[in-house]
Amino acid sequence: MHSPPTDPSPVRTRSRGIGGVLIAVYGVLALAATGRSFVQIATKFDQAPLAYLLSALSALVYIVATIALIKRGPVWHRIAWVTISFELLGVLVVGLLSVYDRELFPSDTVWSVFGRGYLFIPLVIPVLGMIWLSTRSREHSQKRV
Amino acid sequence: MIEWFTWLQVIVAAAAGVLCLILGVAKQPPNDYSLGAVLAVEVLLLAQLVVALLAPAFGNEPSGSPLEFYTYLISAIVLLPAAGFWAFAERTRWSTIILGVAALSAGIMLYRMHTIWTAQFA
Repeated sequence: MHSPPTDPSPVRTRSRGIGGVLIAVYGVLALAATGRSFVQIATKFDQAPLAYLLSALSALVYIVATIALIKRGPVWHRIAWVTISFELLGVLVVGLLSVYDRELFPSDTVWSVFGRGYLFIPLVIPVLGMIWLSTRSREHSQKRV
Repeated sequence: MIEWFTWLQVIVAAAAGVLCLILGVAKQPPNDYSLGAVLAVEVLLLAQLVVALLAPAFGNEPSGSPLEFYTYLISAIVLLPAAGFWAFAERTRWSTIILGVAALSAGIMLYRMHTIWTAQFA
């Protein structure tokens, strides 16, 4: 018996879909944060070590989150949750602090003023990421049952 | 940086981004239009790299940080091919939207590059 010709594209569609856009936006943020912190640390680290270390940390977290969203499996899934939660916390805490005390963050980080320098994407994207992760894990558990 | 050339680039990048988003919303997988538009943005970026490298020799120097300028420029140059590779690997409407996001990002980065090049220090 012949099996019908299989079209690989639907599988691919389901594999990423709109999540691909999410991953791409994360990739761009990772690139932006890495570039900025590279420049800051290379040229003027002494001026605001705390803000610039934070920049570097946020860049690292965005990179890990991007990779974790691309990869599959429960471990990466957990890493994605941790990094994305950290980002949301970071953008909220640093956003608030930078509004109330400009002295503390004299220079811009990705998270300053809730990511204003990045069209507030840093504020929105962790929430979208969490929604996507939770729908994906729901699909996953349905498949297992 | 040449001012009119930079603004032309920003407009082309924004137009390419909007075009890709529209095509993506219209459920088009990456096609000649979306990939061609992004290719045009990339070619202009490479031209910008040549212009930026040559400009100081003609007395057109950046007033902001050159390192910051080139970090943006190189990032933008790398970004678009990355979105292009994605488009070839996954031929769905979402890849078209990713192309649009990348082109719009390149437009924003170009604008940032312009402000760095012409930075005024009070």
